[in-house]
Amino acid sequence: MTWSIEPTLPEGWELVVGLEVHVELATATKLFCGCANRFGSEPNTNICPVCLGLPGSLPVINGTAVKYAMLLGRALQCEVRPSVMARKNYFYPDMPKDYQTTQYDQPTNSDGELMLADGFTVGVERAHIEEDTGKSTHVGGGGRINDAVHSLVDYNRAGVPLVEIVSHPCLDTIEHAKAYVSGLRDILLAIGVSDARMEEGSMRVDANVSVRPVGSEELRTRCELKNINSIRSMGRAIEYEALRQIDLYSNGESPRQETRHWDEAAGRSTPGRSKEDADDYRYFQEPDLVPLVPSAAEVAAIDDAMPALPSARRSALRQLVPAVSVSVEVIATLVDRGQDELAIAAIGKGADPEKVVTRLQHDLAVDDFSKITAGAFADLIRMETSGELTATQAKQVLSEMVETGGEPRPIAESRGFEAMPTDDLAGLVDQLIADHPEEWSRFVGGDDGDRKKMQGFFTGQIMSSTKGQADGRAVADLLAQRSAG
Amino acid sequence: MTAIELSAAVRSGERRAVDILDEHLARIEERDGEIHAFNLVTADLARSQAEAVDSAVAEGRDPGPLAGVPVAVKDNTCTRGIPTTCSSRILDGWLPPYNATVVDRLAAAGAVTIGKTNLDEFAMGSSTENSAFGPTRNPHDTSKVPGGSSGGSAAAVAAEFAPLAIGSDTGGSIRQPAALCGVVGAKPTYGVVSRYGLIAFASSLDQIGPFATTVADAAVLLESIGGHDPRDSTSIEAPAPSLLDVLERGVDGLRVGVLTELAGGPGGVEGISPDVIARTAQAVAALEAAGAEVSEVSVPSATLGLTAYYLIAPAEASSNLSRYDGVRYGLRVDASTTGEMNTASRSAGFGDEVKRRIMLGTYALSAGYYDAFYGKALKVRTLILRDFAVAYEKVDVLVTPTSPTTAFGFGDKTADPMSMYVNDVCTIPSNLSGHPAISVPFGVGDDGLPIGVQILGPAQSEPIIFSVAAVLEDVASKGGAR
Repeated sequence: MTWSIEPTLPEGWELVVGLEVHVELATATKLFCGCANRFGSEPNTNICPVCLGLPGSLPVINGTAVKYAMLLGRALQCEVRPSVMARKNYFYPDMPKDYQTTQYDQPTNSDGELMLADGFTVGVERAHIEEDTGKSTHVGGGGRINDAVHSLVDYNRAGVPLVEIVSHPCLDTIEHAKAYVSGLRDILLAIGVSDARMEEGSMRVDANVSVRPVGSEELRTRCELKNINSIRSMGRAIEYEALRQIDLYSNGESPRQETRHWDEAAGRSTPGRSKEDADDYRYFQEPDLVPLVPSAAEVAAIDDAMPALPSARRSALRQLVPAVSVSVEVIATLVDRGQDELAIAAIGKGADPEKVVTRLQHDLAVDDFSKITAGAFADLIRMETSGELTATQAKQVLSEMVETGGEPRPIAESRGFEAMPTDDLAGLVDQLIADHPEEWSRFVGGDDGDRKKMQGFFTGQIMSSTKGQADGRAVADLLAQRSAG
Repeated sequence: MTAIELSAAVRSGERRAVDILDEHLARIEERDGEIHAFNLVTADLARSQAEAVDSAVAEGRDPGPLAGVPVAVKDNTCTRGIPTTCSSRILDGWLPPYNATVVDRLAAAGAVTIGKTNLDEFAMGSSTENSAFGPTRNPHDTSKVPGGSSGGSAAAVAAEFAPLAIGSDTGGSIRQPAALCGVVGAKPTYGVVSRYGLIAFASSLDQIGPFATTVADAAVLLESIGGHDPRDSTSIEAPAPSLLDVLERGVDGLRVGVLTELAGGPGGVEGISPDVIARTAQAVAALEAAGAEVSEVSVPSATLGLTAYYLIAPAEASSNLSRYDGVRYGLRVDASTTGEMNTASRSAGFGDEVKRRIMLGTYALSAGYYDAFYGKALKVRTLILRDFAVAYEKVDVLVTPTSPTTAFGFGDKTADPMSMYVNDVCTIPSNLSGHPAISVPFGVGDDGLPIGVQILGPAQSEPIIFSVAAVLEDVASKGGAR
């Protein structure tokens, strides 16, 4: 997760963003037929009469896709309701039936939310089931359908199950929009219903963007941004669009309601279809399918199967560590790395929470830490906290624990990491001061730069003479003590 | 010979399927030039099927209940590798890569698929005059229409081109031509016969059903094609109804209602001709004489069915027929943009009635009109279902005429679409309710042309309505419908 600095809009303006996120479900087969749901096959090889919409063919809904959709709905705190499929009618060459089977006024999931790491809650209006279209490649004329010399259509994607997650227009910053998409992806991966790869199109984001004067509650004319293929790209597209709209308002003009096509390479969007002459989709209930009516038991089974979600994992860890010293970003990082369980368990065994987080954050940025048990990790942290091991030693022991999965005490002993009693260390420090009066006077009387430099000198000497067994912080404490005294 | 008799003769080895086929092909050769029941006679396919049936019999295997029986299939039902046109130019050149479930089931029952029958384009019509390939003529009087939309199937059975035929019924498209051609035709309960491979007109109303010369033949055909199909989500999860076993049980003690609004009663629909009303009354009297308890039953919303139907069916059709866009199959008229190509292809490929209904349905579903038209029609549909449920608390079956008149002349009703639509007034309610209905010939009208009486029943009451139809058939065969 990137935590960049929010680009600022010109003073007096604020952003209003709603996101429509399409997610391909990772089912073995398509939504209405037995064809493989697979990315990257030879064009038009995963097709049959049903997903080609041949005359006379009929859809049969994929039960796994419905289950995945409901699982996603529950993960987004949605109400999972009896629902129906509907037809959205419009002509497009890569849509075999010239209608899309989707959901309209009775979606499977509605009224959910996603809480971001900083506590901002994004309202989810609905998360409905629908089929994907085929994929057109327009040859010539700049790759757009109207100017193309000819077009090629691959129907492998036609009928792939999607869930469209529609947020409320409540996202107020680009960072929140990014965090929301990132949070959705975390959830999708956590519950295993999609591989959520924006670059392969298994997760696609359309952004509805408008701006308004700060403090206003109005929703002004929005533009829908398409062709966004990464979270970073989305941030750039939203920023470009917000500034474009503010520019228009500042010149006494207004944006048109339209779809705009983001050009990542050029860093700008170009107008697409105007929504003023938008299609009337003539939605009506799909008569070839029967209503989806999940029983209370089915919904309960889905809740039972729900793994712990990233937001819940973050807040579980958050509650155990002091907020002042551990930031939300660090908590999020540990959850992303899947280290939260280890942290919580170690803290539960009495290890110091802050030290636990520090060691995980800085010294366990490895892919595989599966050999480390919570008990061994807690012991290590306790040894460090009690002064039995220095920070440097603790790091070395930890890296061996990653490799071997051993207990910290035998590892420390085998490396000769004996605890150095504080009295012995004080003696060494005093001797060192006596041996280096010039350096000591620079430490005591010099400016900040000198003092820092000399602290480095004394600590280095001690570390060298003790072969790293001294605790750097204890050395610093002793130096400070002697100079004050 | 009936289909049941033919099948028995083939299974016993008394007759060969190929000989039966040849007799029927000869009749087609002789007279279909005039009747035009078929868009395509599939003689080669039929011969190979007939030979397979004969081989099976020779090897001691049972080819099935329809062994060696020629069956004509409406040309909106997909047949693998064989043109399936819906009698439309728009499907020009398209060969389905698969069989409809009913086509596979016919083959599994030993039937011989003799050809694809003419219809009103995309099953939209009541006279088969809307076919892009020319009309079908009524075998009883070739100056008259056979009814529609399954006019080709009805005419094929009436002309003895095939003992059995498959039709589809969206608003009466099996029953009305059956009545006009003097044969038996049934629309089963929605979901009894798989729609997989039936090219959709109005998905929530379409149902495949049998044509035959006798009620028993229609029963054996429905038994062979019915039953759950996992490829149709709206298919009822039950085996095909058992009909032959109960066909002879009579009507003693059965509660029979005359549906007043559709049988010439007060406050009912107008335009039902007196001879049709008289025959219907005669049929009811015959049932009473056979032991039925007869009463008059009012289903007030039945009169609203026609209006609701002509919003719901076109609305679904407007969506179902979108896929004929010139992109993937069928007719393509090239133009400079994709949109213009779509428009040019559809303009050239669809006939006037299809275009009329696409426009009607598009309008009914449009933003701002949905509630007033499509939405209201759905409410009427609910009302009709409720009213029928109330009626079926009082009676077991309802009786009405099938068609308001006997067969009419070519061109009589083509100028005024409404006059054509009214033909379906008695048959439409069963499609809206999803309930089964059967039309059985019962005498002739003042013009000497056949009249059909319709028996309606609640969902999955096929065993009852078929047995009532069998009683009327028996009465008529003994001269009781004169």
